[in-house]
Amino acid sequence: MRDIKEIYADIPHIEDISQHGVYQSKRTKATETFAVRTQARNKVAADLKEAIRNSGLRDGMTISFHHHFRNGDNVVNMVVETLAEMGFKNLTMAASSLSGVHAPLIEHIKNGVITHIETSGLRGELAEQVSRGLMDFPVVFRSHGGRGAAIESRDIHIDVAFLGAPSCDPFGNANGYSRSEEQTISCGSLGYARPDARNAGHVIIITNHIDAFPNAPYAIPSNYVDSVVLVDNIGDPKGIMSGATRYTTNPKELVIAKAAADVIRASGYLYDGFSMQMGSGGASLATARFIRQMMLQEGFRCRFALGGITGQIVSMHEEGLIDRILDVQSFDLIAAESLLKNRFHQQIDSCYYASYLRTAAVNQLDFVVLSALEIDTDYNINVLTGSDGVIRGAVGGHPDTAAGASLSVVVAPLTRGRIPSIVNRVNTVVTPGSTVDVVVTDQGIAVHPDRTDVQAKLAEAGIRLSTIQELKERAESIVGIPDPIRYKDKIVGVVLYRDNTVIDVIRQIDEDE
Amino acid sequence: MMFVPGNNPGMIKDAGIYGADSIMFDLEDSVSIAEKDAARFLVYQALRTLDFGAKEIVVRINDLESGLGIRDLEAIVRAGVHIVRLPKTDSAQDVVDCEQEIVRIEREAGIPEGRTGMMAAIESANGVLNAKEIAFSSDRLIGIALGAEDYVTDLKTTRSDGTELLFARCMILNAARAAGIDALDTVFADVNDEAGFLEEVKLIKKLGFDGKSIINPRQIEPLHKAFMPSEADLEKARAIMEAIAEAEARGSGVASLKGKMIDRPVVLRAQRMLALADVDGAGEV
Repeated sequence: MRDIKEIYADIPHIEDISQHGVYQSKRTKATETFAVRTQARNKVAADLKEAIRNSGLRDGMTISFHHHFRNGDNVVNMVVETLAEMGFKNLTMAASSLSGVHAPLIEHIKNGVITHIETSGLRGELAEQVSRGLMDFPVVFRSHGGRGAAIESRDIHIDVAFLGAPSCDPFGNANGYSRSEEQTISCGSLGYARPDARNAGHVIIITNHIDAFPNAPYAIPSNYVDSVVLVDNIGDPKGIMSGATRYTTNPKELVIAKAAADVIRASGYLYDGFSMQMGSGGASLATARFIRQMMLQEGFRCRFALGGITGQIVSMHEEGLIDRILDVQSFDLIAAESLLKNRFHQQIDSCYYASYLRTAAVNQLDFVVLSALEIDTDYNINVLTGSDGVIRGAVGGHPDTAAGASLSVVVAPLTRGRIPSIVNRVNTVVTPGSTVDVVVTDQGIAVHPDRTDVQAKLAEAGIRLSTIQELKERAESIVGIPDPIRYKDKIVGVVLYRDNTVIDVIRQIDEDE
Repeated sequence: MMFVPGNNPGMIKDAGIYGADSIMFDLEDSVSIAEKDAARFLVYQALRTLDFGAKEIVVRINDLESGLGIRDLEAIVRAGVHIVRLPKTDSAQDVVDCEQEIVRIEREAGIPEGRTGMMAAIESANGVLNAKEIAFSSDRLIGIALGAEDYVTDLKTTRSDGTELLFARCMILNAARAAGIDALDTVFADVNDEAGFLEEVKLIKKLGFDGKSIINPRQIEPLHKAFMPSEADLEKARAIMEAIAEAEARGSGVASLKGKMIDRPVVLRAQRMLALADVDGAGEV
């Protein structure tokens, strides 16, 4: 072989071709068998502390988590507890969402381990305390699509991602379920963890179940992963998901669902080859049942169903009514099992699902059925704060799908107990009224005044419409007008729209006598 | 007729949205003795403040002997109830006694006399045997109904496939028809047994009942569907009415359709069928 060193300098445009110099022949090949190699040289750390020490995490940095283990999650609490023991301070927690199970974070906020939280939702005691002014730095709420976009555009820079996975191999190929013979817990899709894995400075997979390499199919490929930690308990299966999301038998929800399905059909978005997303609330799930009946009657098929996936969507897929499922989050065990056995059930990540920076899947939706805590007369929607002003919900994909779908249908009972759902002004704007098309309640339907096309079609189909003002007045005639919630000046939460502009703030509630 | 417990504010406020033809707020068996006053107050306020649209509003009162019935009447007649449903009606005298109280309250409250309608539920062997007298006992009576649970207990049997109720149903139906008022069937308690419910609905429709009491909104749609005349029946009914109109236009007393003379009962059936189809359509929200 000619000595390349001699002619290297004579290669025309070498500076533009390569900056890496001349090949140095050196024998460094690994020669042990693959079986030995996966045992002897892999990414499995001795324990969580070692993985953290190797990550280069320092005070003031940002750590991230996903919420696929929902209220059964043990990863957030375990990691933050360990970080506190190791003396870390002033960390930013960028979780895709937080639940009631994360109440132990309150202590670590008080002792300065966590000083800032980014999330889609807050619930339980942590949410109560945040609403009462626990944190100086406001909690930042983003939609699922907004978070994905913020991570990709480095609005959020994740230094270390701690990602729980029900199955992983010694090199970090991780998934929300396992195809191995051994039983592990299952959360289905890992859609909200994947942008973190792709973009974080350092990625640690925390698993209770190590499979042989390669753990394929995987949600997170090993090339994104720096270390793997094996622990006994990543989460409680009972809190992670229910066996099967059941159809509601609540007659009021059925009335709402039937009306929503009628609206969808009459507005022209139910046709052969349509696309849809259904929320997991009682009324929106029941809407799927009525849509199914209409599809059977008309011989229509759905090209794809998107979003949080339930057993109902899976059974429609299995009976041939839905061609493809795009699953960013599996809501029940049937959905998780379907990922294992149905090859047209595809796991997707939150950027693919809903990022405004690209043509996301939400932009291909014909219709979405969404729930709401409050709707105001400008059609703004609140899904985040309760009637007492306390945070008790999640932004989720609400603003993403409302903006993306050609028809966004919001379903809600006109009143909940003694609380009207339709008000002059929502406590917190999460989804702007300009992206909401139809509001369906048990006592009437209102179409956004901009959607004259939908109004005309519904009128033509003989569906009686009310104005949103009439619905508000009807609610007030039944339950009256509640006293306004009292707030203090302190801002405890900032709500970002899906393009990460500020759409609203949440203030500390005022409970002084 | 949908039963709604009178002590449940959530169910009361939503009662109007399900498409039932009439709503019956119950102050009797679904309300425990400790909650009688609260339920009476709640139903009174509901009648005065909530808008149930064009639906017929019925209240089932406690029987007069209990002492509660009078207080129920005082409240709900003043609140403007459409129909008072009297429970455990054993004789015509029970209806007459109740009517006297209604007349007194209407006078006291300045309500046009006779505005409050009545309906009697027959729930005993004695009541069934007196069905005819009960049906003819008052001009205010718009119908009589079977209350099966108490009745089967009185008969020393239990509810099964409907054989045990056949006599009572036929008695009540014949009494109602003789008096020219409605006959309403009893409730079917197992909400989750839709097939059993439909069997029973088929049976009572065949017997000739005007409708049925229900305890859950989920029973409304199947009930309406079963009572809804088929499109073929409606076609025929319309054709009959057209033939009648044509005959009248010709000044002829005798109408015929496809060569067959149309009798008066045929016309009546056709009219009833068209009216039924109309009512059902109006029930849509």
